[in-house]
Amino acid sequence: MPDIALDVQHVYKKFRRGELHDSLRDLLPSLVRRLARRANGRGSAPELASREFWAVRDVSFSVERGEAFGVIGSNGAGKSTILKLLSGIMPPTRGSLTYNGRLSALIEVSAGFHPDLTGRENIYLNGAILGMSRDEIRRRFDAIVAFSGLEEFIDTPVKRYSSGMFARLGFSVAAHVDPDILIVDEVLSVGDFVFQQKCIAHMTRVIHSGTTVVFVSHNLRAVAELCQRAVLMEAGQAITVGPSEEVIRAYLARSEVRDFGDRGTGVFVSSIVVRDAVSGEERAHFVSGDEVAVDLEVVSRGSFERLAAVLGLRDDHEYNVFNVSSESLTGTSFALSPNEAVACRFKLSLHLAPGRYRFCTWVFRYDSETLYDHWQAAATIFVSSPTDVRGIVNVYPSVEIGAPRPVADTEAPESGGPSVVRVSHG
Amino acid sequence: MIGAVRRWAGELVRRRELLYILTWREVRIKYKQSVMGLLWAILMPIVIVGAGLTVRYVFASVQGTPLAKDDLVLVTVKSVPWAFFVSAIRFASYSLITNSTLVTKVYMPREMFPIASVLSQLVDFGVASVVVVIVVGLLGTTPHATLFWVPPLLALLILFTTGLSLFLAAAALFFRDVKYIVEVILTFAIFFTPVFYETNMFRGWARLILLNPVAPILEGLGAAVTGHAMPGGGWLVYSAATSIIGCVVAMLVFKRLEPYFAESV
Repeated sequence: MPDIALDVQHVYKKFRRGELHDSLRDLLPSLVRRLARRANGRGSAPELASREFWAVRDVSFSVERGEAFGVIGSNGAGKSTILKLLSGIMPPTRGSLTYNGRLSALIEVSAGFHPDLTGRENIYLNGAILGMSRDEIRRRFDAIVAFSGLEEFIDTPVKRYSSGMFARLGFSVAAHVDPDILIVDEVLSVGDFVFQQKCIAHMTRVIHSGTTVVFVSHNLRAVAELCQRAVLMEAGQAITVGPSEEVIRAYLARSEVRDFGDRGTGVFVSSIVVRDAVSGEERAHFVSGDEVAVDLEVVSRGSFERLAAVLGLRDDHEYNVFNVSSESLTGTSFALSPNEAVACRFKLSLHLAPGRYRFCTWVFRYDSETLYDHWQAAATIFVSSPTDVRGIVNVYPSVEIGAPRPVADTEAPESGGPSVVRVSHG
Repeated sequence: MIGAVRRWAGELVRRRELLYILTWREVRIKYKQSVMGLLWAILMPIVIVGAGLTVRYVFASVQGTPLAKDDLVLVTVKSVPWAFFVSAIRFASYSLITNSTLVTKVYMPREMFPIASVLSQLVDFGVASVVVVIVVGLLGTTPHATLFWVPPLLALLILFTTGLSLFLAAAALFFRDVKYIVEVILTFAIFFTPVFYETNMFRGWARLILLNPVAPILEGLGAAVTGHAMPGGGWLVYSAATSIIGCVVAMLVFKRLEPYFAESV
């Protein structure tokens, strides 16, 4: 019998579209209606009234103690609602949520900040809000400040902070709460690259120290690296629960089905064909370094000006390998009249590490940045390579290993400050 | 029900540091960017005491009787707790709305917000009380044994304020009308409450005025300091019962509604 830290059983959450009755004048009619419904004997039925919808529907999963568990899914799939239910901010309409241990949620890490208070004061305030005692905060104060890297500004009111500093301080406080179960929502996308790396490293430490973590993110790479298991949410339902690699694969497979919902905008990519640039034949398997041509056809049902088509490539963890727009490549845009189509041929060299990649495309008006069509997984390609290069790019590496030589045992490995790398050209 | 009250009290005690720091935050923010700082806490009661004295002076000159020293003491002693009551209610009934980001983003016992508002006003009240003691001392009032009534009466006032605050804070979250109603009532309530006058000036209508649970408490406070007769025992029992039952009921209602706060803000 595994040790369950968090158990979610058949949880439902109902929301109402539009306004709740917000003034007393609206209360009376709604009370009368509710009484009438109860008199009809339908008061306790869990059906949806008009304008109501299930934000979360019959979701069940459990998280073992010490496990890192990911929640993934596209926008509006119910991920954040699940988190709010888990952290007790809202009650479920039906179903049960149980947890064992001290639970802490990093949903909006700087929600507790007051702009007029200094960084120091806000650390105490936010720490208390997140459930730390004053003694605990005092003991961890220096560590919090050091983690945030804001030593110089700690006595400045946070309203003078940049949004990045604000978020860094927020995460630093939250990172030093020491719960049994930690619920994390997308906070790793905070701050600059260096700080994000610090956050990921910190999360990894937290997970290794045995804390149970529930982690919600769009960053599939982080979920794959941090979590053992995951759940895929779609339209409020749990589609798949299992090992995170499997769940991520299921998510990617599902997102290959294109959402045609936005065709109403009138201009879209109607087809994408990936070809071998030399032979011109349509292919899905390539060898690293191959020249590739990608043909897009953009169709218009109305009049559009200053259009640009973008071709992008993502790896299996949704990492953005590159994207480039026709406008930046040619310096010009194109215009389309109703029922016209235009062909765009992108050419590129696949200097990629072996693996699976998918092309995505979008069409937008480049001056106003209006997005007309976004095709997330337009075509999938597989790249192989004779050398086993890991990562996303193939830099055609080679290495020479010399003969072993004797060394004095006083010779220490080089360490310390940054070393200068000299690159010579030609 | 006793179990619920005990659980509630337990949670408040367990998270007393949060309550303390939220109270501290309210006080700190209020005085942070103001030149006068805590002097504001003194200015407010000085203004209200001044208004009371003016009213009493007018009463006296209309009636043609001299202004008695005790009358001045009564006005001073009653108007400062009244100022506390008004500002605490005003502040607390907005507290959940002002803290809506915290209500929707973080879980914590939400009664902390209205209670912290009441406590932060209590800090001001503490400062203002010093002024009251000085004024009453300058007027040359001799301390009476009845002064022992002051602490329990203040406790009742705080209890009543807390109960009403909890109830109004929750109601204001669901119905935006509540804040306008509260605003109107608080502005004119001073006319229906024996702050600048005493209920015995009314004879027959006195009972109606005393139905306001704050009225017997204020009258009691005045009487305790001046050594006059306390309001009839029945009225004080009535106030005590309203305060205690009101606070418990407000807490129960608050906790019943709390799960829906995050969706209703």
